[in-house]
Amino acid sequence: MNTILTVDDSASMRQMVAYTLREAGFDVAEACDGQEALELAQTQPFKLVLADVNMPRMDGISLIRALRGLPSYKFTPLLMLTTESAADRKMEGKAAGATGWIVKPFDPQQLLATVNRVLA
Amino acid sequence: MSNDLARFHAAFFDESFEGVEIMEQALVAFDATSADPETINAVFRAAHSIKGGAATFGFSAVAGFTHHLESLLDAARSGTKALDPPTVDLLLHAVDAVRNLLDAARDGSDCDVTVIATLQSQLQAALSSPVTASVTAIDPAQIRGGGGWRLLFQPHADLFRSGNEPLHILRELAALTPLSLTVDLAALPALDDLDSESSYLGWTLTLGNDCSEAELRSLFAWVEDECRLELTPLSATPTEIGADAPVTQASEKATTGDTVEHVASAHTDSASIRVRTDKIDALMNLVGELVITQAMLSQLGSHLDPVRDEKLLNGLGQLDRQTRLLQEAVMSTRMLPVAHVFSRFPRLVRDLASKLGKQVRLVTSGDDTELDKSVIEKITDPLTHLVRNSLDHGLETPAERSTAGKAEGGTIRLSAAHQGGHILITVADDGHGLDRERILNKARQNGMQVADGMPDSEVWALIFAPGFSTAEAVTDLSGRGVGMDVVRRNVQALGGQIEIRSEAGRGTRVTIRLPLTLAILDGMLVRVGEDIFILPLNAIIESLQPQPEQIRSVVHQGRIVRVRGEHVPLVPLHRQFGIAGAIDDPSRGILVLIEADTRKVALLVDELVGQQQVVIKSLETNYRRVRCISGATILGDGRVSLILDVGELVRSINQAAAA
Repeated sequence: MNTILTVDDSASMRQMVAYTLREAGFDVAEACDGQEALELAQTQPFKLVLADVNMPRMDGISLIRALRGLPSYKFTPLLMLTTESAADRKMEGKAAGATGWIVKPFDPQQLLATVNRVLA
Repeated sequence: MSNDLARFHAAFFDESFEGVEIMEQALVAFDATSADPETINAVFRAAHSIKGGAATFGFSAVAGFTHHLESLLDAARSGTKALDPPTVDLLLHAVDAVRNLLDAARDGSDCDVTVIATLQSQLQAALSSPVTASVTAIDPAQIRGGGGWRLLFQPHADLFRSGNEPLHILRELAALTPLSLTVDLAALPALDDLDSESSYLGWTLTLGNDCSEAELRSLFAWVEDECRLELTPLSATPTEIGADAPVTQASEKATTGDTVEHVASAHTDSASIRVRTDKIDALMNLVGELVITQAMLSQLGSHLDPVRDEKLLNGLGQLDRQTRLLQEAVMSTRMLPVAHVFSRFPRLVRDLASKLGKQVRLVTSGDDTELDKSVIEKITDPLTHLVRNSLDHGLETPAERSTAGKAEGGTIRLSAAHQGGHILITVADDGHGLDRERILNKARQNGMQVADGMPDSEVWALIFAPGFSTAEAVTDLSGRGVGMDVVRRNVQALGGQIEIRSEAGRGTRVTIRLPLTLAILDGMLVRVGEDIFILPLNAIIESLQPQPEQIRSVVHQGRIVRVRGEHVPLVPLHRQFGIAGAIDDPSRGILVLIEADTRKVALLVDELVGQQQVVIKSLETNYRRVRCISGATILGDGRVSLILDVGELVRSINQAAAA
């Protein structure tokens, strides 16, 4: 069961990501900020987490850092959703333990290609 | 693909318009001296989300412009750009532009491109240094090998900890180009010393295809800091091994100083769903019907034997309680905090005050007082007019104020509070108050009946007369009819009342009293002949059975009654509606003293039947509009009872008397 967690405070983005992945056969859970995501992540084992960087309460990078601290997420692919101009964010994300990133805006095809790349 | 994404457009527009509101409110409230970094972060995030969504869903005009707004906000939150008042103004104008662009995108209409372009260049100019381009490596896109590549990939020991898997990368590489590889086991320790969480292997690959270096490096983009990566182009002719200098990437490692800790912001996004108002209206209607049916059952139940039918009576009692609770619960779904209305005023006050050259601050209280949605919608225009009045006419310029010994900055206070079964909304300013003499003179000019010794409350009420308002050169926000008469009419249409208090030199206060909801009413049932009418409780001052000596007849004016030293016109309700067989002798009937527009009337009815909450049903939609009747209801016994429009009744009585 491939379960993916998508985290974004923008409902329309979240819905687009969830819809695209579900159509491709993945199980998807959604969270609207890092705090909610962290709580959800501890109730079930996700195979992949896609997190927007800019979110209230807990941002994407803090989420990734927190997830890496959980034994069950030590090696889980954690991807940031960033914009092309935020190179320093990518560094920060990597330092926090992110696997990599997807650059916004992305279309469903790019999303699926990247997801398939990280999942076996 | 555009079809697939169109389903998310509605959600995108909803949240984008909300984001615009958030940005506007935060910017208007922004105080440079007590700047809370979280505020600017919230504004940045809003712009960022709008830009990201717009780009994703193909709204390029929105995305393009918002990008520049986002850049300036980014500079603001990182401290490289100060948020002085001109910058805040620019940001506010930019937010307006985003709103317009969103409207255009949603409706498929056009936007004023010149305005947008001007704002965009202003935003760009406001950034002290050009927006730094993304930090990329020296683009080796042009470098190609003549005959493939030699690639050395040695992950660092802790590559797994970032969730990366060399196998995936190699698999992708294999999809890009035919390859052969050898594994380097040099770093692999003995089995006993092996740490399963560390990476020890390395690979040397020979890639057959003539890919570009950029393409190859992009596959390793995520792990470039966590591995040793060497790319050597292989030319068609063999070269000396080791002579080719590996091309390494010269990426800048920018360190950021700002932390991304967010103090738990006021994230009030509690669980909620959007429901269309017509669904709630339908629900309200059904509950209204339920209440009527339940009242009918209750009344039938009053004929039952309390002993024999005890269980049934208990059941009816429970039904009564539960119906009441249900009704309250459904009504509360339509209730919204008055903050919805108040939220537009900070911006309005700010813009208008600066346009008029006045210093004004707006203070609101009772923002979370709740009102029915339809009341909120209809009270917005009147309130807007009152606030503009205060700004335009009530408050003085800083110079005038200091001459008068006041502080240079004036204050407008907007407040909302519950009182009994009503809500009180007040607009108060500390300006120079209403000019009694000017109003009296204007009234005389208009041919109105005034007396020099009129009490203040009646003088202020004069400004509600149609055609009384001074000509407004400034265009109204809503562009609709202006004037205090319209304000009062709107308030009355909501079943409310409006009252003015003013003190020369100190200020003016306008109080609006509204019923909590338009759907039900606390009513007094009165009988006239065979018919039962309903009078809204809030319009009733008192009821009395007069003594004959309190009644007097006035030539051409009918009867009057003296109550507490006041003479009030006495009007038999049966005569208003042509009802036969009703009591005409006041000392045998009941007088109900009602008040509207500061005028009192004593209505003569046969008797008071009782008091109850009634569900208002529209006469217009079920029959037609009837003079002096504001609606109807169905009583417990199934009879239809008409609800009197007290305001209209009083006005028509006074007009008849004046004739």
